Amino acid sequence: MQYRASTLLPARQPPLQNTRVMQWAKQNLWGTSVSAVTTALLVLILLWSIPSLLEWSVVHAVFSANADQCQAARDIGACWGVVAEKYRVILFGRYPFDAQWRPLLATLVLTLLLVASCLPVFWNRYLAVAWASIWLFFFVLMGGGKWLGIPTGLVYIPTDQWGGLPLTMMLATLSITLAFPLAILVALGRQSTMPAVRSVCIVYVELVRGVPLISVLFMASFMLPLLLPTGTSPDVLIRVLVGITLFSAAYTAEIVRGGLQAIPRGQVEAAYTLGLGYWQTQRQVVLPQALAHVVPSLMNNFIAIFKDTSLVTIVSLYELTGALGLAVSGDPNWRPFKLEAYLFITLIYFCICFAMSRYSLWVERQVSHR
Amino acid sequence: MLNWRSQRVRAWVYQIAFIAVLIALVGWLLHNTLGNMRMRGIQSGFDFLLDPAGFDISESMFAFMSTQTYGQAFLVGLLNTLRVSCIAIVICTLWGTLLGIGRLSNNALARGLCYAYTEVFRNIPLLLQLLMWYVVLVELMPDTETPLYFGDWVLLSKEGLALPWIMSEGLTLSPEFLALTWGLTLYTSAFVAEVVRSGIQSVPIGQIEAALSIGLSPWQRLRLVVLPQALRLIVPPLTNQYLNAIKNSSLAVAIGYPDLVSISNTTLNQTGRAVECIAIVMAVYLTLSLLTASAMNYFNRRAALKER
Repeated sequence: MQYRASTLLPARQPPLQNTRVMQWAKQNLWGTSVSAVTTALLVLILLWSIPSLLEWSVVHAVFSANADQCQAARDIGACWGVVAEKYRVILFGRYPFDAQWRPLLATLVLTLLLVASCLPVFWNRYLAVAWASIWLFFFVLMGGGKWLGIPTGLVYIPTDQWGGLPLTMMLATLSITLAFPLAILVALGRQSTMPAVRSVCIVYVELVRGVPLISVLFMASFMLPLLLPTGTSPDVLIRVLVGITLFSAAYTAEIVRGGLQAIPRGQVEAAYTLGLGYWQTQRQVVLPQALAHVVPSLMNNFIAIFKDTSLVTIVSLYELTGALGLAVSGDPNWRPFKLEAYLFITLIYFCICFAMSRYSLWVERQVSHR
Repeated sequence: MLNWRSQRVRAWVYQIAFIAVLIALVGWLLHNTLGNMRMRGIQSGFDFLLDPAGFDISESMFAFMSTQTYGQAFLVGLLNTLRVSCIAIVICTLWGTLLGIGRLSNNALARGLCYAYTEVFRNIPLLLQLLMWYVVLVELMPDTETPLYFGDWVLLSKEGLALPWIMSEGLTLSPEFLALTWGLTLYTSAFVAEVVRSGIQSVPIGQIEAALSIGLSPWQRLRLVVLPQALRLIVPPLTNQYLNAIKNSSLAVAIGYPDLVSISNTTLNQTGRAVECIAIVMAVYLTLSLLTASAMNYFNRRAALKER
């Protein structure tokens, strides 16, 4: 007797049921009665809102820079013409029209390096060198004139004429770059066993985190000239940079401290056993591990600072939000279409911030897989 | 003995050096400040708080006239800040919780919409959102003579939101107040939703399966099993969001709502007492932060795990 099949049975099909669209829809759209009612309600709301939204933003909208057409379509359609007419001022502020290739080039190079810094492949010491040279390049290109006595061949543009997207990018990136070393020192100070150092760091962090950025900015713009020696009055851009840097350093320090706390004591003890000193231990053992832990939080912090740079318009610097006011508020023809212009820069902010938050999620997965 | 190889001796030396540098720095800044103030003829001291303010405030919770003092103007600003923050905190807690639960719903449409909401509102600067709501309220709304009616109880126009049935003379909410409260609430809700979602997701799936197996209804499951455990992880970051909401209410200055920062700004421009005005604002926000944090800590102790 043979209890063994003489031929190989054909492989059975995988259960298709679970992958079918209808099956998915049934589970996710009308699985239970509550779910079905929710779906019906939401579909009704979407059916009611999406067509009228499309009608306003596409069907009846005016895309050409024609103020009369926009005026005619006023209540029924959007006027994207305001963007077509004013995008140069919105993106570059009061920067002289003929020289706007300079901020464009500077922003492109800065963006490129920012993207490169996000890829783990480039995380090495040359990145720091690249950042240092990019800042030199950025300021020489934007400012022009004489740099350290050497003429650059470019027309000098004072900082009060800088504006728009380049200013937003620069404020966010440079203040984070400057805040980072300070934040690491403060975080280490807060973990220190020396009570004097620890309490000063705690007071700094809690004081700054307790007040809104806007009051820090007011303080920087009104009080910095008072605090410095008589007769010196730093540029508004520098005052604001100092304010944002001190502000973001306090938040970054708390994030770094979180990373430091996650490092087991054994790591430090092992480093001391090997005969490493305090700074060697921190630099070679603790910080590399701690910072790798907190990359996603650091990224979220960067998004927050990027959004917060919009506040500098209140202390009269014309970054993206401020430049928009500059472009539209003074022009009676286009003033009524401020909302469309706002939606345009909203899109810019959203794209940048959303990309960064997706990146932060990606890094989080990378870190946890390691 | 003073031995450089002793860790204790070194710690002392470092700390004394650190404090000395700090005192020198503060002293230098103070010296500069006093010198600058003398040169510009700026007076110092808090006595200006008793002088008449000389400016009007568009909205106030008690009657305020320009003959009243700067001190009272600051009080008006504080109350206005508190009014906006309290309303925003209450509504964003409810709306954010709903959105956070919605993101975990078994209905795909609800899930997607809640996700879209949180991503859109989190990734746009609050200032920009406030400016947009303000434009919508003051420029796109109909004139006062032809308001939008919602039933007969609520009227919306360029002048704001009127509720004629409250008390005898009715209640009008200014567009500045509406834009600030509305924008702040929608923005903070997106963050609260994320906090609630990650709190709920941190409850182990076994807990929910156990609740299912003993036959609890969905509502009982949420109230008796999921929420008590999720709250432990929700409360601390939620506190941070509340503190952010209070601090963010200072963006009022951009749309002309007379909150504390905006009153202090006007005062600063009129009296030139920068140091005092900024000190008052910082002290008030620090106090508010500490009060909120300690109230939430009390709540957190009650929500925390009670171990035997």
